[in-house]
Order: sequence, then structure tokens, then C-alpha cells
Amino acid sequence: MSRVIVVTSGKGGVGKTTTSASFSTGLALKGYKVAVIDFDVGLRNLDLIMGCERRVVYDFVNVVQGEAKLQQALIKDKRVDNLYILAASQTRDKDALTQEGVGRVIEELKEEAGFDYIVCDSPAGIEKGAQLALYFADEALIVTNPEVSSVRDSDRILGILQAKSKRSENGESAIVEHLVLTRYNPARVEAGEMLSVEDVIDLLNVKLLGVTPESQDVLNASNAGSPVIMEANSLAAQAYTDIVNRFLGEEVEQRFINVEKKGLFSKLFGK
Amino acid sequence: MALLDYLLGQRKKKSANLAKDRLQILLAHERSDRNAPDYLPQLREEILAVIAKYVEIDQDKLQISVDEANGFEVLELNLVLPENH
Repeated sequence: MSRVIVVTSGKGGVGKTTTSASFSTGLALKGYKVAVIDFDVGLRNLDLIMGCERRVVYDFVNVVQGEAKLQQALIKDKRVDNLYILAASQTRDKDALTQEGVGRVIEELKEEAGFDYIVCDSPAGIEKGAQLALYFADEALIVTNPEVSSVRDSDRILGILQAKSKRSENGESAIVEHLVLTRYNPARVEAGEMLSVEDVIDLLNVKLLGVTPESQDVLNASNAGSPVIMEANSLAAQAYTDIVNRFLGEEVEQRFINVEKKGLFSKLFGK
Repeated sequence: MALLDYLLGQRKKKSANLAKDRLQILLAHERSDRNAPDYLPQLREEILAVIAKYVEIDQDKLQISVDEANGFEVLELNLVLPENH
């Protein structure tokens, strides 16, 4: 049975697209058939983060509007089997997406194309694009930075998830919410300068899926057009791999929450 | 001086605690607004109109909210009358 997962946050720049790219890649690496859809019409970026920007011929809006077939618009990832990207339109405005049209495409991805997971990369804000990205969701990754405005906006998005989704309107069981806390810096938390993971869980009342550490690898990976989860030896990659495994039901202990105690060896030679 | 800074630092509230305190208040407030029934603004207007027939009041002095207490929904009206009416 296929599941629709929205990656959302309210606030921009907290790591939605980074998370969408790595999460969908991680699921595909596990052998699932995954489609990842960019809902940010007019400001598409998922194609760039996933390194397929020059292979976009038809996009999500073309399919919604019936100008292209789904198979023509799905871009097959070059690195990972079973991973497909549906780019947003760069030229149209956000009104090009309709609830009926988006619903039809998601249904086709589920039923005819047989995808196991459909990951919806939401735009920032709470307007139409963001509302459509979450409307059909079964589960949600709430991407939050340990910072006041991000926490506030996440709370707002949680309210919309609970009130304005297809599941809530039909009186079905609620969307399953998962917190993904990004750009976490345990040293600053220890110094009392950053909200702790417990603080954020407490404030938002959402179950923690995982924490990703602030990492330079994220920028390097986006420069190269490769999801950060593919970077060997990267802590961010390990964090996203944990997140995927926990999402799939594995018991994985939380990491990257505490300051790493440096041993004598790494003090002398390491970074 | 480091010792002095350290001792003084203990007294000053850490910024993360400030953030949490502010968010706790703000989110509680915003959540109650979000869960408020749709008819509340209209109800407020009509109540204000009735009261205005008898006393002169400031529009902002009427607070109205729906809360839940002990399993009951409670409609709470709070109005401060002017000093010499």
C-alpha cells in the first residue's frame, strides 16, 4: 500500500528540500519505489538539489493540466534505482495547481505507476502550494530549526495539518506527524544558547523522528547536485539514514543530540 | 574576571530559556485563537452593539473567548466599563 508523505515547515530555509531529497533517496536505497514531487511552483529547486535540473522537459503542472503524461514528466534518478523526480514548473504561477488535478496525479502515482512512497516537498508559507502539498498526506515530516520563528511556524503548520487535510475533512485517522529537527548544534544547546531537542518536542508536542547536525556537507552536496545522504562519512548523511530507518520502523537510538566528547587521539590528530 | 563573569552569568537568564518561555505563552495564545469557533467575531460585534446602547464603551475593552474547563465549554466575556458612566 502506498503512502503519501509531506515534508513541510511553514518557515522557509529550514531544510525542507534538503530533507525531501535525502529522505526520498534513502527510501529508494532501501528498495522502495519512490516519487518525490516539488510543489514550489515558480520557485523550483528540488531538481537542482537532486542534480537533474537539465533533464526537466515536462513538469508537475504540465501533468496536472493534462499537457503531458505522467510517464513523460517523471525524471528517473541517475544514481539510485526506483527513484523518480517530478519537478515544479518554473514559469507558471501557483494557481496552476488545483486540488482536483493534484489528487488525480497522486492517485495515478499510487494506483497505475505503483509507487510505494510519494514524497511531497512543500513550499514555504501557508498558501495554496503548501496547502495542496499537505492535503493528500498520510504522514508528515515537520522540518524545524531550534529557533523561535521556525518553531512558531511549525506549530501553525501543525494546526493546518490537523484541520485542513483530506484525512481531517473526511473524518479519517489523523496524519501521522514526525519532527525532524535540523541544523542542531549540541554545543550551543549546552551553553544555553539554543532550544534543546526536548524543548522543541515539548513546545510542539510532536514525536521526534530525528535530529540532523549543523553540517558543512549540506552546502557541499547541494553545490554538487547530490542529496547529502549519498555523502560517505558525513554526519548529516548518517542522520538522514537513521531518519529513514526509524521511519521504516527500525529501532535506532537518537544521535547528534549531545556534544561529542573528544578523545586524546582526535584532539591531537583529528578534526 | 572570568570567575566574576561566570558568577554573574549564572544570574542572567540563558537565551534558550527565554526562547522557550516566550514560545510557550505565544503558542498557547495562538492555539486558542485557532480553535475558536467561527461565529466568535460576529458574536463579539453583536454583543458590543447591545452594550453600546446603554453605556459608552471602548471597542477593545471587550474580551471574549471560548475555553474548555472540566469537560464543559465556557464562553467567557470580559468587559471593563468606563469609570464614570
